[in-house]
Amino acid sequence: MSYGSIVKVPFGPQHPALKEPEHFLFEIDGEIIVNVKPRIGYNHRGIEKAFERRTYIQNIYLAERICGICSDAHTTCYTQAIEDLLGLDAPPRARYIRVIVAELERIHSHSLWLGIAVHEIGFDTFFMYLWRDREAVMDILELISGNRVHYAMNTIGGVRRDITPEIIPKIIRSLDFLEKRTKYYMKALRSERTVLKRTVDVGVLKPKDAVELCAVGPTLRASGVKNDVRGDDPYAAYDEIPFNIVTDDGCDVFSRMLVRCGEILESINMIRYALDHMPSGMLRVRMPMAVKPGEAVSRVEAPRGELIHYVKSNGSTRPERYKVRSPTLANIPALCRMFIGQHVADIPIILAGIDPCFACMDRLVFIDVKTNKRKSLDFESFSEMVRKQRNFRLA
Amino acid sequence: MSLLKWIRAKSPWILHFNTGGCNGCDIELLAAFTPRFDVERFGILLQGSPRHADILAVTGPVTLQVRERLIRIYEQMPEPKYVLAVGSCACSGAPFKDCYNVIGGVDKVLPVDAYVPGCPPKPEAIIDGIVKLIQKIEEGGTCEKRR
Repeated sequence: MSYGSIVKVPFGPQHPALKEPEHFLFEIDGEIIVNVKPRIGYNHRGIEKAFERRTYIQNIYLAERICGICSDAHTTCYTQAIEDLLGLDAPPRARYIRVIVAELERIHSHSLWLGIAVHEIGFDTFFMYLWRDREAVMDILELISGNRVHYAMNTIGGVRRDITPEIIPKIIRSLDFLEKRTKYYMKALRSERTVLKRTVDVGVLKPKDAVELCAVGPTLRASGVKNDVRGDDPYAAYDEIPFNIVTDDGCDVFSRMLVRCGEILESINMIRYALDHMPSGMLRVRMPMAVKPGEAVSRVEAPRGELIHYVKSNGSTRPERYKVRSPTLANIPALCRMFIGQHVADIPIILAGIDPCFACMDRLVFIDVKTNKRKSLDFESFSEMVRKQRNFRLA
Repeated sequence: MSLLKWIRAKSPWILHFNTGGCNGCDIELLAAFTPRFDVERFGILLQGSPRHADILAVTGPVTLQVRERLIRIYEQMPEPKYVLAVGSCACSGAPFKDCYNVIGGVDKVLPVDAYVPGCPPKPEAIIDGIVKLIQKIEEGGTCEKRR
């Protein structure tokens, strides 16, 4: 039913449903969303330019701080790109440790997301339960790396810390606990009427649209498309570890929940296998200070989907150009499609459905509007330009 | 202690705003409100609206774009109001200090009452920061001086 007049409703940058600053402008007819305009860039810090000012080793620190939730995915992607340039191969044990940490991160990220998602539909009890159990995986990560969020595990040519035999039983115990709880949550999700009513057939993304709009990660897999970098283009030790790519045909928010729950269970099995089959040997190989000229692209399956890093080297100790394409950015066009025709009340859960991470996303391409040409500027002139134009806005 | 001061120190409500951080501090701040740490048992509540909040917890370095919003949110909060800078980025800008789109720490834009350094600070550290801020509120705070 149409009311004839369109009302514009702003959403963000500060909004209880968003943990990060981002703005969406919804055009609403009655209760139905007819159009949505995302305005990104509140989180833009200029990391890609900062990469060019630091050495390759310092950049590991910076790559980790692109995003706090998928910090390990970013450093894995960064170190793989540099290793590719250098022609280095991480030792087998290091590759297994990378997989273990990456999968632990996936468990932590997915359970975090599931908590936020049920919080958006008002199911706070479930949220609290999930976050309580999530502390088990945070404890494992702290045990392995010494930190809860930025693990600093990866370095160019390997990993920095070992997983010692003493802590393996503790990890296994926590994994058993997590597996039991995740199975219980899946059962609860499937049988809870409130969850079903708020998520089934909400935010539908048809497989054709998902592929057309280049959706990635669990958002794509929940539309029934089997696509996962870990399987399609294995990195680290993923070619040696058996796992299933979890998909679901529901195409809605509910199937996105199920896919992520399924992935938690898969990750638990992968970590168990990796801990059993971890080869012995050294953790890292030495790298030279300077990197020879060249370009490299590296792909990693972050918890939110396919993450791409690109690096261009000119033979010095610093990269000449660095580029990050994060999964959330790839999912934004698909997200805008999901909103059309939905109710206003479903905005938070649809938005949460893609597991947005705006810290990863806000990148910038400088286009001169008058001549429609892409420009590249060095750091100093760019800084100066930005400071001069106080009303500078990101395109 | 006056009755007003006692009420203010007893149950401060917190508004969380990310000004361009990496999410690390945000999830740790949120973790402080969940069952393992659970600051809600002390009456500290996470609020959605700036109009109901006493403490503005800021995470991340302040980016140029978010600056106006941050000030607007701060102005919407009722007096007395306090600002808690969570994480190294909010304290000083940390690794993003020299980035072109980053102004720096929160104290470049707003008066900050308590700093919690760390990248990211553990939930225990954030709770400690909140406790120290409450002590400050009990002692009289700084809100009057700002006027």
